[in-house]
Amino acid sequence: MKDFKTISVRHMTKRFGDKTAVSDFSLEFGKGEFVTFLGPSGCGKSTALNCVTGLIPITSGEIWIDDECIDNADHQIPPEKREFGMVFQNYALFPHLSVAENVAFGLKLRKLKKAEVAKRVDDALRLVHLEGYAHKFPAQMSGGEQQRVAIARCVVLEPRLLLLDEPLSNLDAKLRIELRYELKALHERLKVTTIYVTHDQTEALALSDRIVVLRSGKIQQVGSPTKIYSDPANMFVADFMGFRNRWPAKIESIEEKGPTLVAKFSAAGSTLEAHLAYPADDPRRVSLLAAHKAGAAVTTAIRPEDLALGDGASNHIRCTAEIVEYQGNASQVGAVAGAGVRVDFRSGTSVAEGEALSVSVPPDKILLFAAEDQDSGAGVGP
Amino acid sequence: MKGAEKGGVKLLLAPAIIFVLLLFLYPFAYGLFLSLTTEDGGFTLSNYAKFFGNARDFRTIWVTLQISVPVTFINVALAIPFAYYMRRGLKGERILTFFLIVPITLGTVLVSEGMLTFMGPNGWLNQLLLFLHIVKEPFRFTHNYLGVVLSLALQGFPYAFLMLLGYVSGINPDLEKASQMLGANRWQTFWRVLFPLMVPGIAIAFSLNFVMAFSVFPSAVLLGEPSGPTRVISIAAYQQAFEKFNFNAASAISMIMAAIELIVISLILMWRSRMYKGASIVGKG
Amino acid sequence: MRNKFKLSSLLFAAAMAIYIFNVLGILGTVVLNSTSKGWFSGVFPTHFTTEWYAYAANDHDIPNLLAVTFTVVLADVFIALLIAFPAAYALARKEFRGKGILLSLFLLPMIVPPMAYGIPLAMLAYKVHLAARVSGVILVNLVPIVPFMILVLMPFIEQVGSNLESAAKMLGASRLTIFRRILIPLTIPGILTAGILSLVKAISMFELTYLVAGGNSQTIVVALYADAYAAGARPPQAVDALAVIYFLIAMACLVVALKFVSPTQMVFKLK
Repeated sequence: MKDFKTISVRHMTKRFGDKTAVSDFSLEFGKGEFVTFLGPSGCGKSTALNCVTGLIPITSGEIWIDDECIDNADHQIPPEKREFGMVFQNYALFPHLSVAENVAFGLKLRKLKKAEVAKRVDDALRLVHLEGYAHKFPAQMSGGEQQRVAIARCVVLEPRLLLLDEPLSNLDAKLRIELRYELKALHERLKVTTIYVTHDQTEALALSDRIVVLRSGKIQQVGSPTKIYSDPANMFVADFMGFRNRWPAKIESIEEKGPTLVAKFSAAGSTLEAHLAYPADDPRRVSLLAAHKAGAAVTTAIRPEDLALGDGASNHIRCTAEIVEYQGNASQVGAVAGAGVRVDFRSGTSVAEGEALSVSVPPDKILLFAAEDQDSGAGVGP
Repeated sequence: MKGAEKGGVKLLLAPAIIFVLLLFLYPFAYGLFLSLTTEDGGFTLSNYAKFFGNARDFRTIWVTLQISVPVTFINVALAIPFAYYMRRGLKGERILTFFLIVPITLGTVLVSEGMLTFMGPNGWLNQLLLFLHIVKEPFRFTHNYLGVVLSLALQGFPYAFLMLLGYVSGINPDLEKASQMLGANRWQTFWRVLFPLMVPGIAIAFSLNFVMAFSVFPSAVLLGEPSGPTRVISIAAYQQAFEKFNFNAASAISMIMAAIELIVISLILMWRSRMYKGASIVGKG
Repeated sequence: MRNKFKLSSLLFAAAMAIYIFNVLGILGTVVLNSTSKGWFSGVFPTHFTTEWYAYAANDHDIPNLLAVTFTVVLADVFIALLIAFPAAYALARKEFRGKGILLSLFLLPMIVPPMAYGIPLAMLAYKVHLAARVSGVILVNLVPIVPFMILVLMPFIEQVGSNLESAAKMLGASRLTIFRRILIPLTIPGILTAGILSLVKAISMFELTYLVAGGNSQTIVVALYADAYAAGARPPQAVDALAVIYFLIAMACLVVALKFVSPTQMVFKLK
């Protein structure tokens, strides 16, 4: 296996007829990194993945490994020669071969000695905790077991890049968590450069070094899990990562206090204040200032868990509880505030339906976005 | 299953069961009976003995096998690459497939007559071959073994093709992708992944095609040399039945035909089980 | 854009070309022959005529031939559907003991050569005075068609999820209603496929009809063979004319079939 430092995807685009599946996709990542392509169905994440493997030819753009161009739409290195490994959503185990034969498949193609092959297969099976399964056939195994064989089949070849296309989607909830844990442990141990595709933000947050959020074929944001979680670049990312409470708001005043924007605005029937940590050249800062100048409406975004029941220090919102969902350690409450907006928050104490409530939120937990962002285009940096 | 359910199933199957019993099993058993009796009804093995004893008749087994086995091999072997190439769908697939299955509509007589002319000494094919200097004098395609083989191959190919196409398209496409990612080129992917998974389909296509070819009758007469080199076993059966009116002997020959077909099919199925050990999940997803 | 010049595409194109050339060549010569006069050598005939078709029309009672052929074929397909559909339904949906054996039994007629059961079947037909009659021909030709139909119908029925029938039952539908308004409409593609494929197959079925038919109950394929076999008795061009008529009928059926069903759907998946 050849060693390398970085893989660089440059302005990759894939069109099917007049439909653009992936648009101007650029990303650079280094050896050992775990990158996740995250987004809803149809956002192009699987297509992007398949383009990197070479299974789908790209329409334009380039893919480089260090200083070797492996794909530039006119000339490409075929998938079987790239030394990448791929794990599929439906496992794609060869039904006519046993577990050991499946895992040995790639090794046998490389014409290794029998003893060597046997040893490496053994090691791989042990790695995924499937010792003793060597002679079973895929049809006799559960989904989780099959997926582990699929993983073993890839890693036994020590690939340069490991690609996983929604590998946990076909598994039930409990297995998903178990296998996710195993994948993390595997990555810690082997340090294989990995691209992971999923629509599940929990998986993305748990596994990744960096997350690439996609929508309609365009990158919305690239960043660490912390960054994506607490500092989304636009409304789409915020919404996808669990921000709720999108209220129409009218900015009354904006003060630029160094790296922070202090915005006073009216929403949900109250006057609220937000402290936004948007540095000087951040596009969000620019668009908010412009919106205020033009008197245009903006939208809030607040996480349900950041709204607290009771009279906190600031930002009080009066509302009436409508639906209360008991969820064990807390309740999910849907309430209605002034101007008919819906307030979603979590409450540790019990709340009755129809009860009049007051909730509050710290000013640095409110996000403001100008005009519904369609495509953020250039994502905010790592 | 509950009582009412059981009754329902029986009702559904009843017409088919009656049909098979009445129109197939009974005649077949009757044929078996005939083959083992003389004209007066007494038990005898002489019908079989006569067949095996008569060199000219006995030869027909070999002649028919010599025709049907290669034809089936050709059909299946040719159908595989066509089905493989078209498994994902192609531009103009409908037209191409249409042409590939047209021979079904031609009918044996048209094919025979057509071949006699088209592939005859003065026909277009020989004209083309002479024109391209591939042969020095007209090549003999008809009134011989080759003619019968070509005719059967042409008529049997569409069935083999359709069967294999359906089968190959049903194989999960991710398996090929997985194989590619593991480093296999197209050839290796075909032999190590696709072909083993096609074995059941190939076995069935082979069996059905063989049966069609082994029972050959019109082609052998019209296009071959029915008096000698292409005197197939069904000709012998037919002659006993409708020229000599010896239905006992004819039935015996028919039974022998059935037996040989069963033997060959069992061999094919044995090959299939040897090749295909694991259970299969061939469906998508 | 990629400029792939794959060897496999080239081979495929060449193979298709050779195949199509031969098929069209065979067909073409027969068609041309049937419409030509005095074509002995050279690439194309020198004179064209329709006299052979007239000859064939005189020689055979073509309307009767066509009538018999269509009656036999349509009757066979219709009756076979009545027998095969319930059986295919039971085999596709229900589990019961001996299912494998029963399935093999139903498929047996396709494996055994027509001659093997054809001769005794013909003898029996003569015994019950059904031979040399259209009804006899219909009956006899059922034997290979029913298994074929069962085979084609099964995957189509399997495709219609049984939960649809359960849902209908929960909504209060009787068995008959479920059958009429859910099962049949959803299996129309299967019924059409099975029907049309059987039609094409039935038109070409030779041996059984040959054994049982008389003068007036011949189908086209049998008349055709009789003509071709009695080689000297008729001008070959007239035989060709009849062959072309046969071909046009079968081709019409195939074209209709392909309008409704795509080729890959036409195939039965045997496990």
